[in-house]
Amino acid sequence: MSTAASDTTMSYIRKHYFATPLNSAISVLLALFTLWVLWSLFDWAVLKAIWGKGLNEECRAHEHGACWSFVATRWRIVLFGLYPFEEQWRSALACLVMLAVAVLSCMPAFWSAKRLPILWVLGFATFFVLMRGGVFGLTEVTERDWGGLSLTVFIFAAVCLLGMPLAIIFALLRRSELPWIAKTMALVIDVIRSLPLLSIMFTFAIVLPFVLPDWAIGDKLYRVIVGYAIFFACYQAEIIRGGMQALLMGQEEAAKALGMGYWHRIGYIILPQAFRNALPPTINQFVITFKETSLVTIIGFFDILASGRAAAGTADWSFATIEMYLFVGFLFFIFVFCLSRYGAYLERRMAVGSR
Amino acid sequence: MQSLLKNRAFRDAALQVAFVGGLVLMVVAMFLAGRANLEAQGMTSGFGFLERATGWRISFSLIEYDTNSSYAHAVMVGILNSLFLGVISLPIATIIGVTVGVMRTSGNGMAELLGTTFVELFRNVPLILQLLFWYTLLLALPSPRHAEPIFGGIALTGRGIYLPGLNVAASSVFVAFLLLLACFALGLWMNAKRWPGLHLHQARRERNILWALALIAIPVMFWLGRIPETPLVDIPRAAGLNYKGGIRVSPELMACVIAIAIYGAAYIAEIVRAGFNAIPKGQYEAGHALGLSSWHIFSRIRLPLAIRIVMPTMINQYVWLFKATTIGIAISFTDFFMVISTAINQSGQTLELIAILMGGFLIINYSMAWVLNRVNDAIKLKGTQLRI
Repeated sequence: MSTAASDTTMSYIRKHYFATPLNSAISVLLALFTLWVLWSLFDWAVLKAIWGKGLNEECRAHEHGACWSFVATRWRIVLFGLYPFEEQWRSALACLVMLAVAVLSCMPAFWSAKRLPILWVLGFATFFVLMRGGVFGLTEVTERDWGGLSLTVFIFAAVCLLGMPLAIIFALLRRSELPWIAKTMALVIDVIRSLPLLSIMFTFAIVLPFVLPDWAIGDKLYRVIVGYAIFFACYQAEIIRGGMQALLMGQEEAAKALGMGYWHRIGYIILPQAFRNALPPTINQFVITFKETSLVTIIGFFDILASGRAAAGTADWSFATIEMYLFVGFLFFIFVFCLSRYGAYLERRMAVGSR
Repeated sequence: MQSLLKNRAFRDAALQVAFVGGLVLMVVAMFLAGRANLEAQGMTSGFGFLERATGWRISFSLIEYDTNSSYAHAVMVGILNSLFLGVISLPIATIIGVTVGVMRTSGNGMAELLGTTFVELFRNVPLILQLLFWYTLLLALPSPRHAEPIFGGIALTGRGIYLPGLNVAASSVFVAFLLLLACFALGLWMNAKRWPGLHLHQARRERNILWALALIAIPVMFWLGRIPETPLVDIPRAAGLNYKGGIRVSPELMACVIAIAIYGAAYIAEIVRAGFNAIPKGQYEAGHALGLSSWHIFSRIRLPLAIRIVMPTMINQYVWLFKATTIGIAISFTDFFMVISTAINQSGQTLELIAILMGGFLIINYSMAWVLNRVNDAIKLKGTQLRI
C-alpha cells in the first residue's frame, strides 16, 4: 500500500520536476535560487532580527537584521493613527465588525437581494457609531481624528456601499432602450474609466469646492469617497453589463411574454442572473478597490499607509522604514490574498456548475 | 396632458431630453459657478496663463526647461515625462510578465512554484506601497563615495543609478527610435496585407531585409550624431563626492519603473497564463504528432496563438498601467499629474488645468488604445483558417 503511494509521489515528482535533462537542470537551478533567496530573507528577518519592545538603541547600533521592535513599539500608531489612545478599542472593534460583515457576505446564505444590503448597511452603521461616538455614552471622535486601518476600511466600505447601487443604475441606463440615454451614459462611463483614479480623487478633493454651492460641499473625506464611488461604479457598471450580455435573450423575452413590467424583469430575472455571471470579476473589482484605497495618502488622508509613514517618520525610528512597509504590506496582503483566493474558488465552483 | 403622458413616443422623447439636458445643465452650472468663484478671488479665467513664466523648477525633464519657461512648456515636460515612464516600464513589464506567465504554464514544477509566488506576492500589495518600498530601498544604497561600480560601469548609489551611455546627440537617438518603430509598423502592415500569390518564403525574405535595414540604420544614425572629440561610450567614473559621465537615472524614475514594471508584470503574467491555457490541447498534440521539438511547439504554435488570444485583454491592461503612472507624485517624480498639481498650487488656474489634465489623459489613452487595436487587427487570425 505504502509503496504504491510513494510510487505515485515519485512519478509525480519525476514528471513535474525531472522530465528531461533540461528540465532537471532548470529545476535544480531554480531550487538553488529559491533556497538562496529564502535563506537571505530568513537570515535578515529572523536570525539577525531584533525582537522585543522599545529596543530603539539596540536597533540603531545593529545593521544587518530587521528591527521588529519597531512593530512591537509602534503598532498602535500604524493601526489607529491619531485616534485617541483610550478609545482605540473602538477603532479595533469597528474594524472587526466590518471584517465579520465581509466574511458573512462571502457565505452563500447571505446572497439575496434583501440580506446582503441589510447586512452591509447594519454593519456600516455599527462601524460608524463605534468610530464616531457621541451616542450611547461614547465620547465623540470626529472624522478628522480617524486614521490608520479603520480609515482605510471606512473608505473602502463606504465606496462599495455607495458605488454598488450607483453601478446598477449606471448599467441600467447604459443599456437603456432609449438611444440618447444609453449613448450619453456610455460616453460618461468611457470618459471616467479612461481617467486615472488619482486625478478623480484630486478633482473631488480640490476642485469641487469651487464649483458647488456652499450647502453641497461637505467634508473633504466625503467628497473623495463620492468621487471614488463614481469611479468604482463606472467599472462595476461595465462588469454588470457584461454579466447581462452573457444572459440568453430568451430570458428577457420570456419575462416580457409573461407580462412582467420593466422593474420586475430587472429585479427578478435580469439582475440576479447578471450578478451570478459577474461574480468573479466583481470580487476582482473589490480587490482592486481595496488596494487603491491607499491612494488617498497622496490627497493627504491619514490611512494605514500614511499612519505607517508617520510612525516611522520620527527621527527615532526613521531607520525602520523598510520594516514598516513590510508590516503594512503584510496587512494588505492577508486581506487581498484571502479575497482573491476566494474569488478563484468561486470561479472554479461556478465553472463546475456550467459544465 | 393625460393623453400626452400615455403616449409612448412622447414619454420616451421627454425622458431622454430630461436626462441629457439635466446632465448638460449640471455641467454648465458647475462651470459657471466655478468661474464666478474664481473671478471673485481675482483670478482671470481662460488659457492665457499658459504663456506666463512658471518660476518653479522641475527636477527631471527630457527637453530644455528652466524657471523662465512658460506653463505650456511645463505641461509639455510633464506629458513627455509620463510618456517616457510608460515607454520604459510597459515593455519591461511585458517582458517580465510573459516570462513569468510562460514559467507558470511550462509544466516544470519548480518554475510554476516560483511564478505563482511572484504573481501572488506582487499582485496583492497596493502599487503605491510597492513604489514607496522600492524608493526607500534605492535611497538606502551607499552614497556615491562608497559605491563600487559593478559590471565595469554600472554604479548603484543612493543618489541615482549610473549607467554607461553613448556620446550621441539626443536627436539622432530619437530618429533611430523612430526608424525602428517605422520598420515595425511596416512589418505589421506587410503582415496585414499578405496579398495573394506572395509565398511564405518570399514574405519571410522581405521581413528579413526589413530587419537588416533597421539594424544597419541604427548604428549609422548613432555614428552620424556622435558628439565630436569624445569617446563613443561614456562610462561613469567616480569624481570627488559624485559620479561623472554616463547616464544618471534618478532614484525617483528608477523606483517608478521598478514598481510599475513588477506590478504590471504580475497582472500580465496572469493574462498570459490564461492565454496559454486557452489554447486547445489538440494544437500541441498535433505538433507532437508531426514530430516537432518542444521548443518548436512553443515558439511556432503556442506562443503565436497565445499572443493573438491575449492581445485584446493586454490593450486594456496597458491603458490601465499607463494610468497607474500617476502615482509618481507620491515620490515627487515630475510626471503629467505632478506638474498639473504643482501648477494648480502656484497659479490657481484650477479649472483650466484640470481640463488640460483630463483632456491629456483622454487623448493619450484613446490614441494608445487605437494604435494597439490596429496592431491587434494586423496580427489577429483572419477568416476561418483556425478556430480557437
